[in-house]
Amino acid sequence: MPDSLTRAIRWDTVVGALLLVLLLLSFSFVDGFGNALNLSFLIGNTLPIALIALPMTLLVVAGEIDLSVASTAGLSGAVMGKLWNEGMAIETIIPLCLVLGVVCGLVNGLLVTRLGLPSLAVTIGTLAGYRGIAQIVLGSDAVTDFPTQYLDFAAGRIGDSFLPQAFLPFLVLLAVAVVVLHATPFGRSLFAVGASQEAARFAGIRVRRAKLILFTATGFMASLTGVFWALHYASARYDNATGLELSVVAAVLLGGIDFDGGKGTLGGAIAGVFLLGALQNVMSLMNVSAQSQIVVTGVLLVVSVLGPRAARRLAVARAGRQAASTPTSSLRSPS
Amino acid sequence: MTHPSDAGPSPVLALKGISKSFGAVRALRDVSLELFPGEVHALAGENGAGKSTLIKTLAGVHRPDAGRVLLDGEPVVFHGPGDARDAGIAVIYQEPTLFPDLSIAENIFMGRRPKRALGRIDHKATNAATAALMRRLGVELDPERPARGLSIADQQIVEIAKALSFDARVLIMDEPTAALTGSEVARLFGVVRTLREQGAAVLFISHRLEEIFQICRRVTTLRDGAWIASEPLDGMTEDDLVRRMVGRDLDELYPKQDVEPGRIALSVRRLTREGVFTDVSFDVRQGEIVGLAGLVGAGRTEVARAVFGVDRWDAGEVEVDGRALTNGAPSTAMAAGLALVPEDRRAQGLVMDMSIERNIGLTGLRTTVRAGLVDRGAERSRSLDWAVKLRVKYARIADAVSTLSGGNQQKVVLAKWLATGPKVLIVDEPTRGIDVGTKAEVHRLLGELAADGVAVLMISSDLPEVLGMADRVLVMHEGRLTAEIPRSEATEERVMAAATGRAAA
Ligand SMILES: Nc1ncnc2c1ncn2[C@@H]1O[C@H](COP(=O)(O)OP(=O)(O)OP(=O)(O)O)[C@@H](O)[C@H]1O
Ligand SMILES: [Mg+2]
Repeated sequence: MPDSLTRAIRWDTVVGALLLVLLLLSFSFVDGFGNALNLSFLIGNTLPIALIALPMTLLVVAGEIDLSVASTAGLSGAVMGKLWNEGMAIETIIPLCLVLGVVCGLVNGLLVTRLGLPSLAVTIGTLAGYRGIAQIVLGSDAVTDFPTQYLDFAAGRIGDSFLPQAFLPFLVLLAVAVVVLHATPFGRSLFAVGASQEAARFAGIRVRRAKLILFTATGFMASLTGVFWALHYASARYDNATGLELSVVAAVLLGGIDFDGGKGTLGGAIAGVFLLGALQNVMSLMNVSAQSQIVVTGVLLVVSVLGPRAARRLAVARAGRQAASTPTSSLRSPS
Repeated sequence: MTHPSDAGPSPVLALKGISKSFGAVRALRDVSLELFPGEVHALAGENGAGKSTLIKTLAGVHRPDAGRVLLDGEPVVFHGPGDARDAGIAVIYQEPTLFPDLSIAENIFMGRRPKRALGRIDHKATNAATAALMRRLGVELDPERPARGLSIADQQIVEIAKALSFDARVLIMDEPTAALTGSEVARLFGVVRTLREQGAAVLFISHRLEEIFQICRRVTTLRDGAWIASEPLDGMTEDDLVRRMVGRDLDELYPKQDVEPGRIALSVRRLTREGVFTDVSFDVRQGEIVGLAGLVGAGRTEVARAVFGVDRWDAGEVEVDGRALTNGAPSTAMAAGLALVPEDRRAQGLVMDMSIERNIGLTGLRTTVRAGLVDRGAERSRSLDWAVKLRVKYARIADAVSTLSGGNQQKVVLAKWLATGPKVLIVDEPTRGIDVGTKAEVHRLLGELAADGVAVLMISSDLPEVLGMADRVLVMHEGRLTAEIPRSEATEERVMAAATGRAAA
């Protein structure tokens, strides 16, 4: 009984439930929410956050963070625009952009693991740096004339449904990430790394290598997102995806990934992403001003840091009370 | 309970009918205890018997589910550790609780440091007061040194200094000697005797029974959370006490089997880590148990860390089964069949927030795999197997290890490494905090492993353990190997002489 109780108040389940409730309420009461076009907007706009949230979840579980992801996305979009203007084939450009993302991630990873710098500081630095390079590369140009079959793929829907075409590849990536984090030895070792780096080292886990791999994967996914972004919105500019890192971090924390590392599930993180996305969509439909939306996001961020802790404490307290009310009282001394 | 009703002194602190449960675990059941001024009182019991819980209840960390705490005969309710401290009860917990980034002096005078005008903290006064405490304890520790990097023994000293600084009337010590060597224990006991003569009441927990007989007058025994007896130690033998604790007679404590040593399994050649240890060479053969003795700080743990690869060495080489190990690579050491049970279980041995199952599973992530994925069934049965073999006392295998008693946490660390089926096993203080019954069990296990051809290197500050179990004893002093003594010639005197550098044996 206490077993099911504690499980029932796990934070990621709470977030999943909140997402369901929000969706039900929105379908019933928010005008325009349920039509296919809006739903495809919702999902399309949330996909970039979701894509980066995949590696970010692993990174935060391992006790690190990458705030340069939006800049990496912007940079790869800018390079894509620049090379396209130069007349290079898109089939060559996209792999090059992805390699660039890998390099960006590798730089972050090496700075963190070789020099022992805190990732928060390193990636705030590269957040500014990568964005600066993007501006140098593309200036204030906006490149929009990418080949139509690519634009169509990034903006199109599957048949008559509301699902964007890019949703299927995302599901594949999500499945890969879930398996990696929760079922492979590598992913399982990340929880130890995040909770206690020293104990992880003493258990023979290659901590620095694991972190380097994660930063690199994050760079790769960020550049993939940058490419998707430029095609989805048919616009490559140096300031694409500005501020996206905050949404990603907010969503991941909201999904119950502990900022201190070592705890969380990918399911929770993705629920957090779509909860945030749906909330923003609903607020827009209800004409909530952009400023107020930011306030709501901020409040959610605070709740998401406190919520899981409160849930855990509640679980412990319940378990204690549960046991206290079982008949140990017969043993109490008569005095 | 057994206190004579004539006009003796009245207890300064008393517990009446205390019960406390955690979930389904009934850690204390109707326990009573009286502490008199000027007495050192032992609290004995197996791992998980409820000793630490009792102390935490006394100190206001836990609120009892039932029962009362009486201070000078008056019922009191402590709402937190601060209340207990203000009432003159100082507690040294089993696990040191220092802030790593603060200095020793700041740790001792945490939150109540002498202030100067404008509320600025008077560092001079704090440091001077700390130095005075250290003198009283007879130790040399720089008050301005940060707590980070202190050995466990030194951390313990700082905790004791902290308790002394409160001028406590009641001093409660949860396994204060677990991490100390003989001379350090003697030093601590000197301090305890002084306190006793000044009229303080001391509650003392230790799994080293000889210490209990050395310093305590009475003993209260707990078994599975229940009060068994409170009685004078006069006239009792160690066996009597063990029977109280365990409820039966005990197996032999040092069940040493004779094993014909095989090939060299671990070979350490001229290993040097600058400023830490120098030119250390030794072999351990299959089937051998080699003890590594020395004072705390002699460099034993550091050698083990370097051999396993968590620290790098500057010169020398290490071979396991003839295969040279890579410098600074625990994963290759593990792959070669080396296992290290580290000294500090909370920081190095365990991920405290993780479950028992997953902690034991950590060393098997590479081996319990099917098609590249962790085989959860195999992981669970591997963990369960070893948790049962070592008789870990737990409610559910999925519980966090932080909910286990200290000794049971230690067993999980052992389980985690024994589960790897090592060829060479290095154990650093393997029985620290483990009760007598389990200690015999661990010794039997080490003996069996050796009989199966495992090479065991045992670092221990518990000299009887080293002498009882080792085929050979290596002794370190100030970073160098100073002696190698065969079992037949190993005596306490010879080992201590080499360990203190008094004689080149
Ligand atoms: N916070 C907690 N949550 C759940 N169970 C707990 C908690 N603290 C202690 N226990 C359980 O209570 C029992 C008694 O633990 P306690 O730490 O008091 O033992 P102990 O006598 O100090 O043992 P040791 O000699 O190993 O230190 C154990 O079964 C332990 O698992
Ligand atoms: Mg204890």
